[in-house]
Amino acid sequence: MITTSGVATESAVTIRVDGKEVAVPEGATILDACDAAGVQTPAICYGPTLTPVNVCRVCVVELEGSRALVPSCSRAVEDAMAIHTDSERVRHSRKMVLEFLASGVDVSQADELRQWAEHYGADPDRYVPGGATMDEPVRVQDNLYIRDYDKCVLCYRCVEACGDDAQHTYAISVAGRGFGARISTEFDAPLPDSACVYCGNCVAVCPTNALQFKTEFDLRQADSWRPEDQTVTRTVCSYCGVGCNLELHVQDNQIVKCTSPDDHDVTRGNLCIKGRFGWNYV
Amino acid sequence: MFGAGGGTSSYQEIEEADVILLWGSNAREAHPIFFHHLLRGLDRGARMYCIDPRYTSSARFADVWAGIDVGTDIALANGIGREIIRAGLSDQDFIARSTAGYEAYAASVDPFTPDAVAAVCGIPADVVVEMAHAYATAEKAQILWTLGITEHHNAVDNVLSLCNLALLTGHVGRWGSGLVPLRGQNNVQGGGDMGAIPNKFPGFAGVDDPVHRARFEAAYGRELNPAPGWHLTLMFEAMERGDLRALYVIGENPADSEADAAHARAQLEGLDILVVQDILMTRTAEMADVVLPASVAWAESDGTVTSSERRVQRVRPAVSPPGKARHDIDILCDLAEAMGEELGPRDPRAAWDEVRSLSPMHGGMSWERLEAAGGLQWPCPDEDHAGTPFLHGWLWADDLEGRDPAPFSVVAHAGPTEELSEQFPLRLTTGRALDSYNTGVQSGNYDSPLRFAGLELNPADAAGLGIAEGDLVRVSSPRGSVEMSVRLASSLPVGLAFTTLHHPDLIDVNVLTNPDWDPKSGTAEFKAAAVRVEPAQASETAEATVG
Repeated sequence: MITTSGVATESAVTIRVDGKEVAVPEGATILDACDAAGVQTPAICYGPTLTPVNVCRVCVVELEGSRALVPSCSRAVEDAMAIHTDSERVRHSRKMVLEFLASGVDVSQADELRQWAEHYGADPDRYVPGGATMDEPVRVQDNLYIRDYDKCVLCYRCVEACGDDAQHTYAISVAGRGFGARISTEFDAPLPDSACVYCGNCVAVCPTNALQFKTEFDLRQADSWRPEDQTVTRTVCSYCGVGCNLELHVQDNQIVKCTSPDDHDVTRGNLCIKGRFGWNYV
Repeated sequence: MFGAGGGTSSYQEIEEADVILLWGSNAREAHPIFFHHLLRGLDRGARMYCIDPRYTSSARFADVWAGIDVGTDIALANGIGREIIRAGLSDQDFIARSTAGYEAYAASVDPFTPDAVAAVCGIPADVVVEMAHAYATAEKAQILWTLGITEHHNAVDNVLSLCNLALLTGHVGRWGSGLVPLRGQNNVQGGGDMGAIPNKFPGFAGVDDPVHRARFEAAYGRELNPAPGWHLTLMFEAMERGDLRALYVIGENPADSEADAAHARAQLEGLDILVVQDILMTRTAEMADVVLPASVAWAESDGTVTSSERRVQRVRPAVSPPGKARHDIDILCDLAEAMGEELGPRDPRAAWDEVRSLSPMHGGMSWERLEAAGGLQWPCPDEDHAGTPFLHGWLWADDLEGRDPAPFSVVAHAGPTEELSEQFPLRLTTGRALDSYNTGVQSGNYDSPLRFAGLELNPADAAGLGIAEGDLVRVSSPRGSVEMSVRLASSLPVGLAFTTLHHPDLIDVNVLTNPDWDPKSGTAEFKAAAVRVEPAQASETAEATVG
């Protein structure tokens, strides 16, 4: 029998999230169940197009019967689980994780992280007044994107996007240990000499603006970056025939950034160098 | 193929394929996001064979790289076909029900033993056998190709030789298996679908078919010319004969993109009038008598484009056009009006509805559905139809849904038309690089750190010629000479040189390329010229021998 890809009939799993019953497909995560229950969950290292790497621990929830808090982004649902997302223990844990991140990293452009830090009353200053960073110069090595590792929370999203989750280029990984750990090319080679192919898929998933398109960086330097004045238009790339969907971010009738929708099954948020950066002839 | 001009499969299917033959395609660089889908297939355990003269960045992901000699694809395809038959791995039920001409095909491939193929193609005999068995025994298998198959003097025969393999094994017309030509431009599929080919109306209705023609004549209230027109290559021949004196070029740069560019430019120079409508001042536009500045279709106007998986998607204006640049549709309608004709609605949505009314395969794609669904794949005949992920499912119906069986094609191997000689001992092949696009009109405008404009040579060839990395060399073919710098590339076999077509301002590569073209498709043999490479300084003395 010839059929189109029949999605196998999935059996539903029912769990309780903050006392509310939700049914999600088998194989779904607790985070999926929280979404289904309408409960918002902070997640920094997890993105909708990425495989969870379980490093940020911000998304932890309390699972009845479990000694430790569990990461909701990667823990699969099991029938009759009871989850608490807003218990004192969860709130306390999330608050401390956010405080640790914000005390050692410049989170000034990490809007979502800052909102959650405020939500949980995080106070990074109680560890290091004013915060501490590696105090590294911004790496501006070409005209396409910059790397500002003082803003990096080591969430691994860029590493995963460059590697198994999308691009399979493996140009970057984590080098060093402890406070000295950072994302690096091979032997910290300048980007143009590295294995990087400039797809910008790492930039697209960065939650803190440590990776930034050069256009945005330049406008910010000139104090002219105005997201509130920008329009975002979905269209189709002008290059090869794959049909990648683009989101053109336009300010003052100029394209200032190009992204791709996560929810379109051709691109899943990814682009190549031409689609990502090749628009400035417009 | 089999009557419809489109790839048979959806991108999602490659993620579920078991065996992939990537043939004459460097999709990793030319179709990078399609390659992401392919990588998902590999991660899932698919086995990939990459058939390419170069050890490309795509080949690096293959289980087996079959480094084929340029222009010997039919010999390999026929050899794979022969081995499938010999080993009893063909799908005899499928062949009996759904195909025609099997006996003649089987006889035609019989001489292509693995050893004979190895001698012609430069691929070990056991690799030929392995590919045949892997492809034939896979549950789901796809053949993907691009210009490595079609930029040859026998492009269509090359494609038919691949189609034969799918017919032998039943790897077409069902989910996961298929024949996929990856499209090189964002709307080359859509252009063909809309009838921007010399012998078709929109929806692939033949202009010489009286029934189809009557439909269009009724809609437009006038008689339409039943004679197929000229494709680009025939136009250039007509220019040479003096039969074509005026040319209106929209969004194409033939002064740079045609093979044997010096000859093509001479034909364009000789026209009575050349009108060019483009977004930028291309070399062709510089030659024009009249230039009509156009807006950028995908970022400055509303409309649709159709992708390699036959998916029609909306483009939308994000910025307003500069200066006096105008939308293509307005320019065309104004021109028509100046000639005393009304072309119909200028509103892109109304124009789209006109397409839907005349092309049944687009009938169900309302503007609203295209907006909501993120695109629909043709054929989509009515508004309740979900679109078609793969083509030719009828091949698996007992009655073939009343259609004629799909024919095998007997195709003969014929190597590149330009043989290597003492004077031109190296094979030059041209292609694409990740960061650039065609003649560089668009892609030349951003600061790519990856950009390279030059000639790639195998280190052994370079050493034999006394050439080192970075040296300036003179590359000569029977049609002309071009200077460029050299990069050593062990990804190339000995005897093969490679360059891209992306930087005609720096390297006028199509001065070198071979204009011999396929009589069925009109495509020139960009992939195989015979050249000589020598240090740039030394070449002055050799000038006399180039002719």
